[in-house]
Amino acid sequence: MLLDALTVPADLFERRTGWAVRPEGLCKGALCVPLPDHVAGELLDVQVVAERLSMPLLHDAPSGLWCLGPEVLGRALTTAELPNIELPDLRGRPFSLRSLRGRKVLLVAWASW
Amino acid sequence: MLGIVNVPSGVWIDERGVIIRPPETASPRRPAFLDREIPLDATPRQRALVEAVRNLRIDAETYLAALRDWVAHGSTSVYALPPDVVIERSRPRSRDEALAAAHFELGQHLHRSGDSVAAIPHFRAAHRLDPANWTYKRQAWSFVDPGQGANDVYDGDWLSDVLAIGPENYYPALDMEPPSAHEKRGG
Repeated sequence: MLLDALTVPADLFERRTGWAVRPEGLCKGALCVPLPDHVAGELLDVQVVAERLSMPLLHDAPSGLWCLGPEVLGRALTTAELPNIELPDLRGRPFSLRSLRGRKVLLVAWASW
Repeated sequence: MLGIVNVPSGVWIDERGVIIRPPETASPRRPAFLDREIPLDATPRQRALVEAVRNLRIDAETYLAALRDWVAHGSTSVYALPPDVVIERSRPRSRDEALAAAHFELGQHLHRSGDSVAAIPHFRAAHRLDPANWTYKRQAWSFVDPGQGANDVYDGDWLSDVLAIGPENYYPALDMEPPSAHEKRGG
């Protein structure tokens, strides 16, 4: 997740990583990681969140950007619940996989190299 | 996000938005490249390339049969995995692999923003930290050579890297066996 500051709105963090702020802490599916009370607001402290979820935090000095890698909790999937993935369609319009609920989905990753 | 490291990869998702099978090699039909002929006028590199792709292991028939079984039988299909097994069969993620993901995302952003030179060290770091991730490598190679051949920017190229691991290992073998008792116990 690219960042230009070390704070991030909780709703944006959820859309990009699948981790949502709940009373229990940061949760993805049934898995929750406790957060200090002062962090669990609408604006998250990225360094605290990175430490709690074992996410690498990378800084690129020339661009001034930060990049938060995925959580390191053993496996690529920490839950079988699909996060709300939203990607641009062929016309550039946002398409949410959640819109396909109620149907079986085969998600195929492909590239035109 | 889901642990996809090569293409084509498929993920099965049920009507409730639950992943039924984690990413695995997915081809809807036998790829034409498996039967490609070597042109009579092929250069040594072209010959090696065709021979390598003909030896890639991709079992489209098994995959498609399993997919059709799941579509017909849903959660009672023998190919539908319970959530614990889906997680267990997803790719392991180490600290290095997570850091590689961050470098790759930053490299992609810089490249798309027009600073392709600044992107290179991040792509190189991603390759070093997660050498089994073919999407990281192929994306960067394709920026310097659409044919993903040898170049003076990155350490590898498609043919050299595939031959180094053996073409038969480029795509992991499909594991269409039902969950073992060990997996069902969450071991």
